[in-house]
Amino acid sequence: MTVPLVDIRDLSVEFNTRRGTVSAVKRVSLQIAKGETVGIVGESGSGKSVTSYALMRILDRAGRIAGGSVVFGGVDVANADKRTLSELRGREMSMIFQNPRAALNPIRRVGQQIEDVLLEHGMAKHGNARDKAIKMLAAVRIADPEKRYSAYPFELSGGMCQRIVIAIALACRPQLLIADEPTTGLDVTTQKTVMELIVELARERDMATLFITHDLGLAATWCDRILVMENGEVVEAKPTRELFAAPSHPYTRRLLQATPHRDSRVCDLLPVDDPRRAVPSTAAPGKPLLEVKAVTKRFGGASSRPAVDALSFQIGEGESLGLVGESGCGKSTTSAMIMRLLDPDSGQILFRSDDIGTVTARRFASHPARRSLQMVFQDPTDSLNPRWSARRSIADPLYRLAASSRRAAERQVNELAERVGLSNHLLERFPHQLSGGQKARVGIARAVALSPSLLILDEPTAALDVSVQAVVLNLLVSLREQLGMSYLFISHDLNVVRLVCDRVMVMRAGQIVEQGPTASLLTHPSHDYTRTLLDAIPHPPASSRQPREAAT
Amino acid sequence: MMNTSGRTRMIAYRLLQAIPAIIGIVIVSFILTRALPGDPAAYFAGPAASSESIEQIRRTMGLDQPLPVQFLAYVKDLVTGDLGHSISTGQPVLTELGARLPASLELTGFALLFSMAVALPLGILAASRPNSWVDHLCRFVVTAGVSLPVFFTGLALVYLFYYLLGWAPSPMGRIDILYLSPPKITGFYVIDSLLAGDLETARAALAQLILPAITLGLFTLAPIARMTRAAMIQILEGEFVRTARAAGLSRRSMLYTYALRNAILPVITTLGMVFSFTLGANVLVEKVFAWPGIGSWAVEALVVSDYAAVQGFVLAMALLFVTINLVIDILYTLIDPRLGMES
Repeated sequence: MTVPLVDIRDLSVEFNTRRGTVSAVKRVSLQIAKGETVGIVGESGSGKSVTSYALMRILDRAGRIAGGSVVFGGVDVANADKRTLSELRGREMSMIFQNPRAALNPIRRVGQQIEDVLLEHGMAKHGNARDKAIKMLAAVRIADPEKRYSAYPFELSGGMCQRIVIAIALACRPQLLIADEPTTGLDVTTQKTVMELIVELARERDMATLFITHDLGLAATWCDRILVMENGEVVEAKPTRELFAAPSHPYTRRLLQATPHRDSRVCDLLPVDDPRRAVPSTAAPGKPLLEVKAVTKRFGGASSRPAVDALSFQIGEGESLGLVGESGCGKSTTSAMIMRLLDPDSGQILFRSDDIGTVTARRFASHPARRSLQMVFQDPTDSLNPRWSARRSIADPLYRLAASSRRAAERQVNELAERVGLSNHLLERFPHQLSGGQKARVGIARAVALSPSLLILDEPTAALDVSVQAVVLNLLVSLREQLGMSYLFISHDLNVVRLVCDRVMVMRAGQIVEQGPTASLLTHPSHDYTRTLLDAIPHPPASSRQPREAAT
Repeated sequence: MMNTSGRTRMIAYRLLQAIPAIIGIVIVSFILTRALPGDPAAYFAGPAASSESIEQIRRTMGLDQPLPVQFLAYVKDLVTGDLGHSISTGQPVLTELGARLPASLELTGFALLFSMAVALPLGILAASRPNSWVDHLCRFVVTAGVSLPVFFTGLALVYLFYYLLGWAPSPMGRIDILYLSPPKITGFYVIDSLLAGDLETARAALAQLILPAITLGLFTLAPIARMTRAAMIQILEGEFVRTARAAGLSRRSMLYTYALRNAILPVITTLGMVFSFTLGANVLVEKVFAWPGIGSWAVEALVVSDYAAVQGFVLAMALLFVTINLVIDILYTLIDPRLGMES
């Protein structure tokens, strides 16, 4: 066998923290051949990113390689000196990151940032650096590269920023590209084009790729081989096809199960013996609860393109409506107007036939309908007051909108916590002491505290690991059943929407391009845009269903 | 460029914003001095004056008029550049300011140059090597700088460098009595004597300046070093610095081109605040080194209710504050391209 490009053997990485040494990666071995695409899949805290950081030797100050060997192209990276490392990084191996906008220097022109790398590694001289940078911009398919050369990151979209990061990473034609969740946070269609770009450039240059992701579907679509990591250990490593056909480790099976497939129901995401499994209701929706009539909102002058353009729809009592669209399509503006956080320019918002659109956003807090409308936000961390305990966050609406007595509120909080599956001892904790899933539960408990009739869910699971997402989605489905709520479920992920919604609307540029019952819309989309969205979703191979069922 | 017009508009807007501030300053400086305790007419007339002569003086000074009339007269004088006469010296306030303000500016300017020259590298080094000896040194200097009173450091430096070692000239004002002050062009002795081609005088003026500037600088370097360190640490942990590391950029370009340019923004803000603050508050240093600055002058004027002088001082300082803030705002828009895009 030929010598692999990357040869990691028994790698262990430790971090010094205030509570002592934490072992983040435990005896991980990984080989990557030239031109091969290898995926590392795992949830947060699995050590997948740390492994790649160790390979680049860009661990934080607190982290260190505690054992094992890391060899890249014959060079002992683990013990290399600074000079060798700076020659390797950027020239022989490069990395692209999650959150591309933050990964770029905010006050330096993007073209200059590409030049910096070219000049550093002697791939260009001051005379031709600009030309080479522009060529690189063209190589990552940036339209009008001459003009974009002098743009700043804040002037570009997330997808464009990721292309710039890719341009920086590939400027010196490295042999290995490490992609650390490169498309998390991007729209599905952007994700697809970015992934295609990476794969195409990798093939063109015979470059090996180490692809790190939490998304099994994505890994299945693009990788030759996949390693599954859990708690710093590789639990399974197999060629992609084999992994999905016959996952041998229980954790892999659990992960596969929690990933929404084209044909899974929400309860399929959890093992059959899990008491948290929920059965979606099939009851027909009641009379209209919320009617939105020709609502328009512009953020610029009268001539600007409206963010929401004469939008009309309704939600019935007990109905769950999905609102799907890519970033900038106006879905968040719509939800903010329904929650009366923004005033619409024109149109009506009828809640139980009462026009709440005429109440100004400022005064809506004291409106009687306010307690019937609640919201669950996307980021479970940022939407909680960091200085409030979970108990206080959940109790807040009870004090503010229901004027509950202290004792009654206390009792209600305990009930709510039980309802959302939050153990009692967690209630005294502060957000930073809770996990992502626990914080999401606090956010949900807070939103359902007043038994609202309409719950607006703005990408409630986007920041969660798949296994946590599976639990939260089941929780949402059963809560809706128990409390008879209606949902407006906002997401960019059609797969998730399909699991919890009766009806779906697809939104684009402030308008609805298509709507209909979930099942028929997603199986027979009539609009091209819906089809594009559906096609862009990466799926794990469907064959994984059988072994999973057999195993459980 | 895409946002040049945005920036120009932003700068123009900032300039416009300064106008109401200046009007406010004029009003406040007027009211403030009228609210001072003590009767300037009585002071001016002297202890032996009769009540008639005090009344007489009050009339000639216009103090018997109602406040709005006094204010209008004040504004009219301001427009013509007349800030009134100092009661205690009899000199026009404008002349005194012209003599004293450059002395203070020269001292503060040099002090800031000194503290920046020390604090910026110290802060950067401390941030790039947390908990190393540089970091501990930085912490020590910062703590010492803020906790030692300037009159103490001033006296200690004089004792050491003038009395014991004899390296520094006597701490008596801006220039040794053996030299003539240079012809006035900018009012800064060092610069003026250089402009006049008189290296000897420039050297002498600089020698006088060094100890008071270091005294003041030791005090001002603390906030600058601390802010530099904090801002650099925050930026160095940032994601784009990680990208730069992963791209193999040298330590040098990572620290300066990437980290420092982003970290410099809060440092500039601190610098502006420190400059404004020390300009008016370095009375103690001026006293220790017999420096004919504006701070000691203002305190003396205040003690004797010399309100034309106090008014002139307040006005001059406030205008300086506004100017400094304006300069900082404009620097900000030049450094950070994102700012031109709001609005």
